[in-house]
Amino acid sequence: MSTDVNVKLDALPGLDSDALPLEVKDLHVEFRTRNGIAHAVNGVSFSLRAGETRAILGESGCGKSVTAQAIMGILDTPPGFVTGGEIRYRGVDLLQLREAQRRQVRANRIAMIFQDALSALNPVFTVGFQLGELFRKHRGMSRADSKARAIELLDLVKIPAAKQRVNEYPHQFSGGMRQRVMIAMALALDPEVLIADEPTTALDVTVQAQIMALLAELQQERNMGLLLITHDMGVVADVADQISVMYAGRVIEEAQVRDIYESPSHPYTKGLLESIPRLDLKGQELSAIKGLPPLLTDIPAGCAFSPRCRYAQDACRQDPMPPLHQVAPGRSSACHFWKEVKADV
Amino acid sequence: MSDIVLEARDLVKHFPLTQGILFKRQIGAVRAVDGINLQLRRGETLGIVGESGCGKSTLARMLVGLETPTSGDLFVQGRNMAKVGGTERRRGRRNIQLVMQDPYTSLNPRMTVGAIVGEPFEVHPEVLAKPKRRARVQELLDLVGLNPDHINRYPHQFSGGQRQRIGIARALALNPEIILCDEPVSALDVSIQAQVINLLEKLQDELGLSYIFIAHDLSVVRHIADRVAVMYLGRVVEIGTEDQIYENPTHPYTQALLSAVPVPDPKLRGLRDQIVLTGDVPSPANPPSGCRFRTRCWKAQDICAQQEPELAVRQSSAHPSACHFAEVRDVVHAQR
Repeated sequence: MSTDVNVKLDALPGLDSDALPLEVKDLHVEFRTRNGIAHAVNGVSFSLRAGETRAILGESGCGKSVTAQAIMGILDTPPGFVTGGEIRYRGVDLLQLREAQRRQVRANRIAMIFQDALSALNPVFTVGFQLGELFRKHRGMSRADSKARAIELLDLVKIPAAKQRVNEYPHQFSGGMRQRVMIAMALALDPEVLIADEPTTALDVTVQAQIMALLAELQQERNMGLLLITHDMGVVADVADQISVMYAGRVIEEAQVRDIYESPSHPYTKGLLESIPRLDLKGQELSAIKGLPPLLTDIPAGCAFSPRCRYAQDACRQDPMPPLHQVAPGRSSACHFWKEVKADV
Repeated sequence: MSDIVLEARDLVKHFPLTQGILFKRQIGAVRAVDGINLQLRRGETLGIVGESGCGKSTLARMLVGLETPTSGDLFVQGRNMAKVGGTERRRGRRNIQLVMQDPYTSLNPRMTVGAIVGEPFEVHPEVLAKPKRRARVQELLDLVGLNPDHINRYPHQFSGGQRQRIGIARALALNPEIILCDEPVSALDVSIQAQVINLLEKLQDELGLSYIFIAHDLSVVRHIADRVAVMYLGRVVEIGTEDQIYENPTHPYTQALLSAVPVPDPKLRGLRDQIVLTGDVPSPANPPSGCRFRTRCWKAQDICAQQEPELAVRQSSAHPSACHFAEVRDVVHAQR
């Protein structure tokens, strides 16, 4: 563990401070299970600028959380393996680094908060000890100094009476307060990129509003890139700049937030937006997407969404799948019939 | 007979807090539900919304008879469930069935779908003779959009949305008039959620069911409900038609709740007047005096600590609202 302190960030091979804080290119992740190989991520690419919020939107099993885990390097291996692609932090391909170097980037430069704060925190250590651990391991601080920093952090995330609460255990905190502790922990070493995996899904709406407001404020203060992984289209509309919509391990549409909500150009995105109950449709049937998402061990040929799609033609059911291509400046879609989808209101 | 199929009068559920192992003494009580009055009319959907810990699930469990009320009365089709005898009570319970939240844990993994959906007939054998049950189960599966040939499959062979359909089929088995849905779609993905909501609405039309629909997702409740009750710390703080609650909320808690729901429209970003509440919900073991919301309320005055506001129609509010200072506030919320 002590090696951490010695590895210097500047010594990372190919570090270029002008390059983007995060760039993912053609990432592939598979899970080798007894029931066959599950292709969880199949060629995902996106980039994140400093201060920008990119949302990765998708339903359960679309590969959004696996993408985040691969970026952080916390994938369960085995069964999960990164089988191709690049993950670049300021030009450095993280996949080529040794574990000790990787650990240095993790938390220091790229940090992550998880959905379930209770299981992400260690129940047998005080919150202050866990926060201070970051400073002791990564910065080589003493116990007393690290505790002082932990109190500062709790103050930063607006936990009242930080001096007392620093000595409490995770179970003594409420759900919203625990998520604040998670945020404090992620921000401790001042990272350039924060990955938030469903940060508010387990919380009530009034608490969700508090947490999202706090995240937005801290992001702006630090000009941090935020990768927000979520299925909640309301939250995305509120905070995101860019959106990547994922389905069956692929990004099927990418655009600025306004464009997606105004004129989705992939039938899946369109279907998602139409499944949200709306006032003018009260008493009518919701337009649900028929069928189920495919099994990741058995993704259909051609476009993975074609069995559920109302625009699908024969061409959609044959390989190769429609590539994610630019359909307008700053937006791309992976649909043969994006023009029709976009024109349909 | 009147049109009211279900009525709760001053329903209370306190869970005792005890100390000591051998000689237990009560040192307090968690006031999960603390005096609730509700009426459900035939064919309508009553939505109940509130945050975790507000008592909505305890209320649901009392309504279906899984929990005995500490005090108060529950009438199912005019029958007082606490007063009537065993046979009559069982018959009353038959009429109110529950659809549970988690489609993964609410189905026994060792039972086939046929056994799960047919189990209510074991409890109430008088409803249907044994030889006819299998056909009825298949009919029910068909009704909820599952393949009747899958009657011998096990729950793990189905997806989350399909499992929720199994739960709905089980609830329908005894031809109840009232279905209580406790967060029926919150464990499902958005696209699947819409399928299940459509199914519930279709069944209501076809079978003339009355629903009590408990959820924390306000936009789903708005879509399905005719009337909505908002709960906070074991109490109903505001009740009215869907329009009254969403368009003209008068209780500060309702206003804060509605304003906190993110709107799926990026154009409204920054234009909404969002009320961000401070702090957490107080413990139901020790609720604040007077109005329970006063500790987080921006309108709170001295009177709020001294006198509990009644859930009543006031001059400034066309529908019952439990606030001394109830007044309409325009909140830009989930749906425009």
